[in-house]
Amino acid sequence: MAGVLVATPLLVPLATALVALLAAEHPRLQRALSLAGAFALLACALALLVAVEASGTARVAFGDWPAPFGIEFAADRLGAGMALITALMGAATLVFQLSDADPAPPSPTLLPLVHFLLAGVGGAFVTADLFNLYVWFEVMLIAALGLLAHGASARQLDATLKYFVLNVLGTMLLLMSIAYLYGITGHLNFTALESAAQAIDPLRLLPFVAALAAAFLIKAGAFPLYAWLPASYHTLPAPLAALFAALLTKVGVYAVLRLLGDLFTVSPPALYEALGWIAVATMLLGVLGAAWHWDIRRILAFHIISQIGYMLLGIALASRDGNAGAIFYILHHIIVKANLFLIAAIVFRLAGSYDLRRTGGLYRLRPWLGVLFLVPALSLVGLPPLSGFWAKLIVLREAMLQDQWLWAAAALLVGFLTLYSMMKIWFEAFWKRHPDPDWQPPAQVRLAPAYAATVALAALTVAIGLWPEPLVQFAQQAAASLERVP
Amino acid sequence: MIWALAAAVFAIVAAGVYLALARDLLRCVIGVSLIGSAANLVMFAAGRVGVAAPPVIAAGETVLVDAANPLTQALVLTAIVIGFALTCFSLVLVLALSSRAGIADSERLRLAEPPPGADGKPVEDEAR
Repeated sequence: MAGVLVATPLLVPLATALVALLAAEHPRLQRALSLAGAFALLACALALLVAVEASGTARVAFGDWPAPFGIEFAADRLGAGMALITALMGAATLVFQLSDADPAPPSPTLLPLVHFLLAGVGGAFVTADLFNLYVWFEVMLIAALGLLAHGASARQLDATLKYFVLNVLGTMLLLMSIAYLYGITGHLNFTALESAAQAIDPLRLLPFVAALAAAFLIKAGAFPLYAWLPASYHTLPAPLAALFAALLTKVGVYAVLRLLGDLFTVSPPALYEALGWIAVATMLLGVLGAAWHWDIRRILAFHIISQIGYMLLGIALASRDGNAGAIFYILHHIIVKANLFLIAAIVFRLAGSYDLRRTGGLYRLRPWLGVLFLVPALSLVGLPPLSGFWAKLIVLREAMLQDQWLWAAAALLVGFLTLYSMMKIWFEAFWKRHPDPDWQPPAQVRLAPAYAATVALAALTVAIGLWPEPLVQFAQQAAASLERVP
Repeated sequence: MIWALAAAVFAIVAAGVYLALARDLLRCVIGVSLIGSAANLVMFAAGRVGVAAPPVIAAGETVLVDAANPLTQALVLTAIVIGFALTCFSLVLVLALSSRAGIADSERLRLAEPPPGADGKPVEDEAR
């Protein structure tokens, strides 16, 4: 039973995408099927996580080829947790799409592409084969390109091109490094790679592990090749921007964690040291890029980069607590970042613009929306008692325990600058008067689905913040199960 | 044989990077797809080249001796198909973009990311 469940994070969205394509001529039917598929995925991912919690890593190899010859799918705690959060984001954004707040324009291929994207993300989280991981990255890439180019305005195509060039270069580097690693170790299966790496001189492996990590870092939006992210995300309609922001870069971070925290833990410490400095540069440049901008979406896009730095910092600390911090950070950040993009769309719908210079007056109009925005915004900053506080606490504590004071200081400074950006949005969009004295909020807007999705995500953030223990424990167990059992 | 392949990969990557850095969009995407071809060659070379023996494991043996590894060839096929699709997509993208924008110069294509205004601040985005 667990065997079938392992593959559901990719099989369910693939099936949903195909069924939705068949129903392309009936928009209402297609929408219903797509929502049903999203919630089916959520149920399957939940069942998978329960099964993994009960009986450890679940594995399946199609065609019953014995390991290491078959293409294996495996879900450990980390993979199952990521699959669940993916399903959650899929459901939240598809519900949000039903509202009037900047939804993606309807088209027969829109929903199938979203599910193909979810299949790519889900596949990347449950595969246990390096080449298969490359294939899922490609599925993600082509679905993302389709969604970026969907509106087909000159602006969106320009963004698509920028997204395309850097991401494809990353993919090429990914493919080359996989080829080299296969040439050296003779394996693609994760378990086999892990044991093969023990027998090989780490210095011989280093260039290729580093190249593979660099490819994943491009995908994660890390310094120095992150320019594709802020160049493209703001051209997407809100639900898609939230989905991209939540999931795509995090697959890159997950792959770095899998590579350096699980498969090639034999790598020399210099590699982790380098990753730590990349993390610091990512944090700082991301947050500084955000400070200059006035478009909410651009500010949020730059904050994705800066937050990726914290996750990489956790991985760079190369310890169980460091990895646990990274896992906790990824899970918390996915919820918070998607929610910020979604709330930004509600602000856009009510105040009439994404540009902070042309918004205002929302606190008087919708005080609860102001509170709703503050929940993910302050969680992103890392104020207690929200989820971001615990995420930062675990990573920072581990950095200080390892005497990495510079890294810890950079992380604290970036937290402070994040607060500046979030307050800028709050004051400009909510607190100040609307710059247009004749401004009237739109009378007829359907925002109920938008509020349903954002309030649910904000409730999760608050719940994690008030009861962090279960998730901390989960992250620690997930980090522990990455370690090699002798 | 392997050195000839290595030289070929070097030449193709060099040409690909040179083209990918060009300001002309068409050259840029052709450069990117050249680098993809080089990646395919590396994958191909990872499975041993220069032998024409059929990849059959002899009776009593457990590993393949003196034959090219067929697995990497299968992987290359997958990579070629994916690369081909991406190249097609990129060519259509460049065509659509240059016909809509009227230019094919990546330096001047700042539609999604307008340069800062006269006062150094970000310009207000007119599109939305």
